[in-house]
Amino acid sequence: MFSSLSDRLTATFRSLRGKGRLSPEDVDTTVREIRRALLEADVALPVVRQFTTAVRERALGEEVSQALNPAQQVVKIVNDELISILGGETRRLRLAKTPPTVIMLAGLQGAGKTTLAGKLARHLRNLNHRPLLVACDLQRPNAVNQLQITGERAGVDVYAPEPGNGVGDPVAVARAGVEHARSQGYDVVVLDTAGRLGIDAEMMQQAADIRTATNPDEILFVLDAMIGQDAVQTAEAFRDGVGFTGVVLTKLDGDARGGAALSVRSVTGQPVMFASTGEKLDDFELFHPDRMASRILDLGDVLTLIEQA
Amino acid sequence: ARSNSALGKGLLALLSRDTLDEGTWEEVEDTLLLADIGVDPATEIVDSLRERVRVLGTREPERLREMLREELIRVVDPGMDRSLKVERHGERPAVVLVVGVNGTGKTTTVGKLARVLVAQDKDVVLGAADTFRAAAADQLQTWGDRVGVPTVRSDRDGADPAAVAFDAVKTGIEMEADVVLVDTAGRLQNKAGLMDELGKVKRVVEKHGPVDEVLLVLDATTGQNGMQQARVFSEVVHVTGIVLTKLDGTAKGGIVVAVQRALGVPVKLIGLGEGVDDLAPFEVEAFVDAIVS
Ligand SMILES: Nc1nc2c(ncn2[C@@H]2O[C@H](COP(=O)(O)OP(=O)(O)OP(=O)(O)O)[C@@H](O)[C@H]2O)c(=O)[nH]1
Ligand SMILES: Nc1nc2c(ncn2[C@@H]2O[C@H](COP(=O)(O)OP(=O)(O)OP(=O)(O)O)[C@@H](O)[C@H]2O)c(=O)[nH]1
Ligand SMILES: [Mg+2]
Ligand SMILES: [Mg+2]
Repeated sequence: MFSSLSDRLTATFRSLRGKGRLSPEDVDTTVREIRRALLEADVALPVVRQFTTAVRERALGEEVSQALNPAQQVVKIVNDELISILGGETRRLRLAKTPPTVIMLAGLQGAGKTTLAGKLARHLRNLNHRPLLVACDLQRPNAVNQLQITGERAGVDVYAPEPGNGVGDPVAVARAGVEHARSQGYDVVVLDTAGRLGIDAEMMQQAADIRTATNPDEILFVLDAMIGQDAVQTAEAFRDGVGFTGVVLTKLDGDARGGAALSVRSVTGQPVMFASTGEKLDDFELFHPDRMASRILDLGDVLTLIEQA
Repeated sequence: ARSNSALGKGLLALLSRDTLDEGTWEEVEDTLLLADIGVDPATEIVDSLRERVRVLGTREPERLREMLREELIRVVDPGMDRSLKVERHGERPAVVLVVGVNGTGKTTTVGKLARVLVAQDKDVVLGAADTFRAAAADQLQTWGDRVGVPTVRSDRDGADPAAVAFDAVKTGIEMEADVVLVDTAGRLQNKAGLMDELGKVKRVVEKHGPVDEVLLVLDATTGQNGMQQARVFSEVVHVTGIVLTKLDGTAKGGIVVAVQRALGVPVKLIGLGEGVDDLAPFEVEAFVDAIVS
């Protein structure tokens, strides 16, 4: 099957060894390999294009022609570009000056929102907060029970005044949940919302209404790391329809390359804040741009080579 | 259909130029890539289209679009058998096992499929072999109630999924049901332990007799990892059909093209929403039209 980008680039560079500098054709070959690898990693096409343009420009520039080993310098550029897009400003959850802090979760169906709600609550509880989970998904069968069980496992309280399965108003529940938190002394509220498609105008309006009703401090866009080219369209739809302040990438315990991380960051400018890495409550981490960069392009070996050079 | 799609522009540009340069063909390829068809299949399709254009000397946009459509239809293969094996055999109901990674729509698909079968006057039993995820059995049972069929489940979280699946089929036999639909927990294909567990579920169910269908549920938003999912699930439980869900969104689900070709497993059904009636047979032409339109 496919050899990794790492193998292919190593092979390309081997054939270049001894040449003093990269010809434009060498740069083309390298950029083509990188393009292909990015696409196989599910980085969205417009982002691939921007990325390869930037790499090509730098590769043809001064820093490369003057480098001791130009080929390896190109790889270093690729890695730096990746990390700089993925990284940017890393930041912690924004807490409200006057509690409760409101965190709203939004995303496509099955992305991992409800599971994340439990993880966030556990994480916050470990930091000595007193979180409250609010069951605003009144649509998916037994979403409310799922959140109740998740909350129980996380050892946090769940506000679930409506049974769900089509009964109850999510906006009203969200509003009441924040009120309940305020009056009962919870300092963080996590709103679990129903999964929705970016093109579902009615459901996007509902999300916007929840936002208006609760004025969240953070709106986290929850995205499955396995997503392909649709990442851009979906991220734009949630950005325009609800607006979000951060991204959580889920199911990173899988073997998807996770190119969506690059796409979403580069298209929306919002940082990936957390990584969800399993079905259990503790499978939750801060996002590491450098790890993600080497995961997407599998540059491990090449980078090691560069370090040795 | 969106007339200003990348492809529309690509094809028009392509034909308004004097020579067909690399850039214009790249645009055609982009359309395929944007549908998650993958680099290699997209390259192949474009190459074969180029060859035809060269041989035929085609210059009309409509004709070229039609040729791409034909090319895709050929690749997606209308000749595959996409029927569902859900006929009762003698003393035994047909058994359908539904598998896939987390959150793709397995439980929902079981509910919707039950509805289809009930509408065909079949007696159906659901088996809740997801004993792991919070409220998974409740979710399936809600679907069962919705469509009016019984759900066999354990009242204990973390019960042995193979035992529940076995019981569901046993109940199906005792009730003289026509079809037993077994829902399983989502699992990522790189988790060896969970994949072993799935293999065991199937083997234990097979004590009653062969499983008729193993449906792999793939989420249309899934990118290239879908291939890996299909490969590993097929190795472990021999997938007989694919259900492509969430096609009501903006994703095209193009990864199934490579999956069908590599594994010979046909897409049989598509999911078009969260409602009971949002399940449909896979139709090659409609699938292709959504990509080229
Ligand atoms: N392996 C793995 N599974 C996950 C992760 N996060 C969530 N899941 C699983 O993915 C599936 C869907 O998760 P949910 O939390 O129900 O997703 P959701 O976004 O709330 O789904 P809807 O409410 O239906 O839109 C479940 O099987 C979860 O156990 C993760 O990081 N890794
Ligand atoms: N828009 C849309 N949503 C769907 C479709 N199929 C399922 N869903 C939604 O996707 C989410 C996940 O569906 P489930 O049926 O719970 O998925 P699952 O594969 O059983 O998930 P796990 O058991 O947690 O692995 C739910 O919110 C469903 O309502 C579909 O065809 N279209
Ligand atoms: Mg949920
Ligand atoms: Mg399920």
